[in-house]
This record gives sequence, C-alpha cells and structure tokens, in this order.
Amino acid sequence: MTDALEDLAEYIEEKVEAVESHSFEHGELILNAKTEHIKRVLNFLRDDKECQCQLLMDITGVDYPDRIDARFELVYQLLSLRHNHRIRVKVKADEDTLVPSVVAIFSSAAWFERETWDMYGVMFDGNPDLRRILTDYGFEGHPQRKDFPLTGYVELRYDEELKRVVYEPVKLTQDFRSFDYLSPWEGMTDVQRAEAMVLPGDEKADLPPVGEVSRHAPAHGWKSSKRGASK
Amino acid sequence: MSAIEKTKAGEAIDIGQETQIKPFTMNFGPQHPAAHGVLRLVLEMEGEVVERADPHIGLLHRGTEKLIEYKTYTQAVPYFDRLDYVAPMNQEHAFALATEKLLGITPPKRAQYIRVLFCELGRILNHILNITTFALDVGAITPALWGFEEREKGMEFYERVCGARLHANYFRPGGVASDMPAGLMDDMLEWCDELPKFLADLEGLLTNNRIFKQRTVDIGAVSKEDALNWGFSGPMLRGSGVAWDLRKSQPYDSYEEFDFDIPTGTTGDCYARYLVRMAEMYESIKIMRQAIEKMPDGPVKVNDYKISPPPRAEMKSSMEAMIHHFKLYTEGYHVPAGETYTVVEAPKGEFGVYLVADGTNKPYRCHIRAPGFAHLAAFDFMSKGHQLADAVSIIGSLDIVFGEIDR
Repeated sequence: MTDALEDLAEYIEEKVEAVESHSFEHGELILNAKTEHIKRVLNFLRDDKECQCQLLMDITGVDYPDRIDARFELVYQLLSLRHNHRIRVKVKADEDTLVPSVVAIFSSAAWFERETWDMYGVMFDGNPDLRRILTDYGFEGHPQRKDFPLTGYVELRYDEELKRVVYEPVKLTQDFRSFDYLSPWEGMTDVQRAEAMVLPGDEKADLPPVGEVSRHAPAHGWKSSKRGASK
Repeated sequence: MSAIEKTKAGEAIDIGQETQIKPFTMNFGPQHPAAHGVLRLVLEMEGEVVERADPHIGLLHRGTEKLIEYKTYTQAVPYFDRLDYVAPMNQEHAFALATEKLLGITPPKRAQYIRVLFCELGRILNHILNITTFALDVGAITPALWGFEEREKGMEFYERVCGARLHANYFRPGGVASDMPAGLMDDMLEWCDELPKFLADLEGLLTNNRIFKQRTVDIGAVSKEDALNWGFSGPMLRGSGVAWDLRKSQPYDSYEEFDFDIPTGTTGDCYARYLVRMAEMYESIKIMRQAIEKMPDGPVKVNDYKISPPPRAEMKSSMEAMIHHFKLYTEGYHVPAGETYTVVEAPKGEFGVYLVADGTNKPYRCHIRAPGFAHLAAFDFMSKGHQLADAVSIIGSLDIVFGEIDR
C-alpha cells in the first residue's frame, strides 16, 4: 500500500511542479503544494488516470499562530474510488492571502470553503457564495483561530423588557480554567524522540516565581525551631 | 412583460394581470417537523416550483471542534455522541480509531468485535429512524409508530452495555469502556431473529405503496457523476449506483472477517436511497449475527495502564493501579505528535476525523468531517425545479441530523 503511494507521490511531484514536497504520516500521503496553484494541483489529481481522485471529501484549516511565513494550513482530503487511495493536499495561507477557490473543480468545495472562511477567516477567491455558515447572523471574529477565546466575546439572553434577545459581553461566574499539564516529568515518557532532549515544560524553569515565596511559606515551617525546641 | 400566454394548442389567451404568479421567497423552518431538526431553508419559489434553495445552518452550532481542543483525549469522546445522536457509537468509533492510530496501538480482538456489533446496531437504529420519519414526511404515520418500538428495543441494548440510551461514551481509544453484561448477546441474537419480521412489515407498508412511490420515485435523482462531484458518501452514493463502502474497501476493526454485501441503487432518486437503507439493515443483521457467533474471549481494552484504566478491583490493593487511575482521569495520556485523517462508514456516510496531535494530552486540532454536511450542501442542486412538497421528500431522503452538520 505504502510502496504504491510512494511511487504515486514521486510521479505526481514529477508531473506537477506546483507540488513542492511530499511526506507520509501513519501511511497517509501528504502533498505540500503552492497556494496559488492549488487549482492546477486538484485538477491534475482529479483527471490524471493514475490518481483519479473524483471525490473531495473535506477542506479544513489548522491554525499555527507562531509560524512566521504563513499562519494557516489548509488541508484538502481527496479520495479515489478507482484506486482506493486517499491523498491529502496542504497549502499555506495567511489572513490576507487570496486562496483560489476550487468550486469549479469540485462542487462539494463550496460549503467546505464557506466553513473554513467562517472558522478561520481565510478568503477564497472565486467562491460565488462566501458567506458565514455555522456562526450566528452578524457574528464577528473567526472562532477556530487559536487566539479566539473558548468562551467567545458575547452571550445571549432574552430580555423581558425589550421583548427580544439581546447580546451582552460574556460574564464568567468563575475564572476560566485551562490546566497546563506540561512538566519535565511527563517528558520522560518521550525520550525515544530526538527532539525530546528539551523536555516540555523546561522553559518554565527560567520564569520568575509566581508571587513572593515568603508569603506562601507556612507560618510554622518545618525549619522553624519553635515547636522542635519546645519538645 | 405581457400578460398574454399561448396555450398548448397555440392560441393566445389573455390571462390577466392578477393571475400572474410572482416569484417569492419563502421561509421553511427552523421550527418545522419536516426540517429534521433546526434547518432553516430560504426558498425562492416560482409558484410551486423551487428555483433556488438556500439552507441556513448553524443553529445548533456548539463549537465541538473548539471545545475538543481544550479537553483531554478521554474527555473528547462524549462530544462525539452528541454529533449524530441517532447512532452515537459510530461517531465515537472514528475518534477512537484516529487516536489509536496516533498512539500506535491496536485494541484486542474482542473489543473490535464488540465495536463492530454495536456499530451495526447503530446503523439499524439510524436507518429505522430515517426511514420511518421519511415516511412520516411524505404522509405515512404507521411506520413511525411501529418503528419507534423496535428502535427502543435497540436502545435498551445500548443502555445495558453502557448505561445510557443515547450518550454512550462506550468506545474508547484502546478498546471499549467495559465488557458486555452476561446475557446481552443472547438477547441481541433473539432480537436479530425477530427484526426481519418487523422489517418485512415495514417494507409491506412502503415499498409497493402507491402514494409512497408517487412521492419518491424520480424525485431528487442524482447521477453517478454528480454524486461524486458533490462529495456524497454512504447510502447517498450507493443509491446512485456506486458500490463503495469503507467497511469493504478500507476495512477497519476486523470488518474484513465478516461476510456481507453492499446493496446499491440504480436510479439515484429518493426511492433508491430508501431501498438501499432498507437492504442495508438486513446486511447489518447478518453482521451482528456473525459478530455474536464468532465473539472471541479475552480483554476488551489494551493492557496498558498508561492509556486505559486498570480494573477497579486492582485499584483497591495496588498503589500503582491507583496512581494510574488518578493520572488518567486528571491529566489523561499524552499522544505523540502527528496527524491522521481516519474515517469510518457511519450510517450516513463517510464520517472522518482529522486529528492533529502536538504531543500533549489535548488534541491540537480535531476536525470532524460530517457526511450530512456535504449532502445538505447539494440540496440546492437536488431540489432545483422540484415542487415544494418534493423538497420535503428530498430532505427526508438526505438523512440529515443537525448534531453532526452544525457540530
């Protein structure tokens, strides 16, 4: 299976120069393509007799806010019924990149692109109907971005006096809790990986301590001699 | 525009200004029994004929994908019950498989067989609900009254195995939550013997029913090429004559060891999709029976306490087991960095999970590919030129559940 995919990947890379590289993850083929040539790539993957990916199953995004070149990664999942293989195409995009829409090649892309626009704010050039799809009418922001808070910014309630639903800034009755489980101890389970030499959580060693140590020290510490001396 | 039209015979008649039909826009739903949940349709009508349909979705959007990014892998499982709440375990299956792939583990044989057994039960539950409510949409009440009784019996099996009728939380990465209680398989086998009689009754009510056929034959017909172009999967694709089933072509969890057929339609209309679903239920019964007969013995989850919890009895005496349990239910397990797009053949079609792990105990990204989303996207194309009443049939045959479409 993987051998055949390996051959296929090399064949595609040879034929389409818009495909920059390929890789495998758990036996799944990933092609990295140039954003401006995504239409050419998908067209080739659909029509070439070695690929024959007649189905575009999904388009989605992943947000990597720390990346310098482009923040978002767009992921296209293709499926060939004839050859029974799946190909994943990845392109990079930024908030202001105009990604060519592939609606003309696969009709199913219309809503997938709408969803990606709604969730990430990636613009698709050529999609005839690029409206929001999952969020509320008049919604602001793109909720799947990593910098969008989980709780959102507004909340709704029915106002008895106004006799309608009103939006209000979100009020939390308790602090939002998101526990950070990264500690050097956990990294020890990962030692087989080379990059694990820097253990997750190590960076916290250099951070200044939270609060003043003396404030948190117990009033009757173990070293305080008062109790020990009296015994 | 002139108000003079020609009749078929060719003679011009003056139909008058007031009898002219103006195109108008109509709101359908979100609170409508035929909308199958919270679908809002904005229909541009030319008289009785649908010119353009614009489905407005997202009224049930709960931000599942975002929530999962803030939950451990164990805590993410119950969210999948709430997607397609008609067949909850099939969704959990996709997530469990994806996580297992990233962890590099394989569940024991018995766990795989239990999963197959309950996936097929879920498929029957889903198809009973879809067929009966579809019939309800086109005017037949009896199937729904009979079907829900059978469905309830199936839900009781869910309840006996995991404690909940709907939100199972039963399939876990690494196996299933617990073994089946004694006697459950015997009762399921008995149900498998009784169900075909009910299905025959259901078919008797619908398959040759004149009204049902008038409402479904040649309605919403989709050609093979269009079905592929719109990313169809599951019974929608098979109804159009494409013999494609992930259980056969890309088998997961021992599906290759089962003997079953893939029913396909020829016409691609609402009636063909009904027939495909009907035939699939018989195949599911076949698989359930084989799973029960061949059910292997052994553990139901991987024997690795870093991933699946130790038995409760052991926790009473073993400090190690206690610590493992505590760590698993607070911190969870860390999944090595990587990504996968893992799919299962859910009752509605290809249900996929695109999971990106970054090495921590929470998914970095978990995208859910819901089959109903792609099907509903094609609704405008399918309903164009049909009458309003036919649009209702098409919605019924799409088998949409808003839990999974809106996520």
